[in-house]
Amino acid sequence: MNSKFNINAYSHIRNDKISLNGDIVFEDETKDFSAFIKSAYKSQGMDYPKFFKMDNLSKLTFIAADLILQSISNSEENIAIILSNKASSLDTDRKYQESISDSNNYFPSPSVFVYTLPNICIGEICIKHQLFSENSFFIFDNFNPHHLWIQTEHLLKTKKANKVLCGWVDFDDSSYDAFLYLVEEHGDLNHTIKDIKQLYLCQ
Amino acid sequence: MRKVYLSHNSIISSLGFDSDTVVKKIKDEVSGISLINDKTLFHNPFYGSVINKTILKNKFEALKTEENYTVLEQMMLLSLSKVIEASNITIDESVGLIISTTKGNIDVLDKTSDFPKSYAYLSRLGTVLRNHFLFKTEPLVVSNACVSGILSISVAKRLIHENVYKHVFLVSGDLVSKFVLSGFNSFQALSNSICKPYSKDRTGINIGEAIASILITSDTNYLTEESVEVLGEATCNDANHISGPSRSGEGLYRCVSAAMKEATVTSKDIDYISAHGTATIFNDEMEAVAFNRLDFQNIPLNSLKGYFGHTLGSSGLVETIIGMHSLKQNTLFYSKGFTSLGVSKPLQIIEKTKQQQLDIFLKTASGFGGANTALLLKSVS
Repeated sequence: MNSKFNINAYSHIRNDKISLNGDIVFEDETKDFSAFIKSAYKSQGMDYPKFFKMDNLSKLTFIAADLILQSISNSEENIAIILSNKASSLDTDRKYQESISDSNNYFPSPSVFVYTLPNICIGEICIKHQLFSENSFFIFDNFNPHHLWIQTEHLLKTKKANKVLCGWVDFDDSSYDAFLYLVEEHGDLNHTIKDIKQLYLCQ
Repeated sequence: MRKVYLSHNSIISSLGFDSDTVVKKIKDEVSGISLINDKTLFHNPFYGSVINKTILKNKFEALKTEENYTVLEQMMLLSLSKVIEASNITIDESVGLIISTTKGNIDVLDKTSDFPKSYAYLSRLGTVLRNHFLFKTEPLVVSNACVSGILSISVAKRLIHENVYKHVFLVSGDLVSKFVLSGFNSFQALSNSICKPYSKDRTGINIGEAIASILITSDTNYLTEESVEVLGEATCNDANHISGPSRSGEGLYRCVSAAMKEATVTSKDIDYISAHGTATIFNDEMEAVAFNRLDFQNIPLNSLKGYFGHTLGSSGLVETIIGMHSLKQNTLFYSKGFTSLGVSKPLQIIEKTKQQQLDIFLKTASGFGGANTALLLKSVS
């Protein structure tokens, strides 16, 4: 299916590497995720203390999104966000469940509970980049470029958004995988399902 | 562009196991919220709205299935079977399935559950429904906090506009669980009585459970008396806070404005607002601010949380269905629990159930993550 829109930027975070448009911008094989993403945050020269309060899924998504949005975003851009994954917020759900499973060791915390929803990571991006735009979070067993393509095309065609940041952000147990891409009028790659699939698989 | 309609529907809740029964109770101003003393759910008695599991068991046995399903799955199967049967639609490649939920089978993570922990993956619900009803297309699960129910209607409308499907069945559901109750309690957001949306003496929310199903279609051969046309819809983020609403009601203001623009209606055209009204101090105040910015202070408004509590990922759909029946009956339902106005801007809260000619209504919801959603619906008949 053809499109009059294009993919203007994309990012990956997987296998101890972070890349933007296919070029590795950070790499560290020696650490677990929490140390890895913290080093990545520092390497980007970011100053955003809220980052440290986020759960794993939000940290993963936030860094992947920031790479793409840092140069272009402002609140008048109307950039919609459509994200998806398999594990929803299960990483934090399990952590929260531990805090309530034993009545003798009962310590539910609102700062953990709030992250037991997958769309919180979208909220974190919107707050940082002041995006008042369309949001949606979908759950699939596997990456589903076809569905993302349809929802994105619709928002752009109906002018409900000028740009759409979409992709897959999954955190489950200790494994993580983020792939985000920005669709808009301009860009080098046509917005096709084939190209989205290829970009997802690269790196 | 093709018109999109909401049609055949079903609600399973503490007020009954079908839409007509539930609507009748609401018309009689009966609440499904009660004081629940169940240590498996919460260490103290709490006000909430739960579905009678004995009735569920009996009704579910009539489906005659061999599989071992969770309570949520049983209710979703029961609810959707009614809507598929009533609609008389053949399930083929032109029929889509959407599931709206925030926590799905979250109760399987509890050590007392006999079900595999893998059932907590939300795609499990799609798999169960697809296999049972033999859907030919891949189910979509929408999980976008408390706006999921309305957002799912928007997603269905977009899929029909893009010619992906002719018909979409949408099922929404969330349970009252230890997980959710302890979480809202940790926020000190639970009310110590039946909730009182927009009232001076409101102290917070009640958690409820409800499962709803609806047919969303572009084909006028499949409509019912309460069918409505989707005139406009939008979702906007507050870009302010992940667990608290914006003081200016920015996201709600923007999404309602966007939905009105798509629907080409003005505030004068809106006969009724089915608002979110969770009865927390900050949510209700935010809505009052946003609605006044929109010049809605004289439009009759209610929150249905006093009947069902907050049913999370199901609330948007359940409350949309009640709104459809409200239009069909030309009746404004009492905003249960209201005492005296406790927000800083005027609102026209419905203080008594009454007859009134109704044509167009607005449904809104707001949720964690800063999401706000609006839907404008017009009576078909």
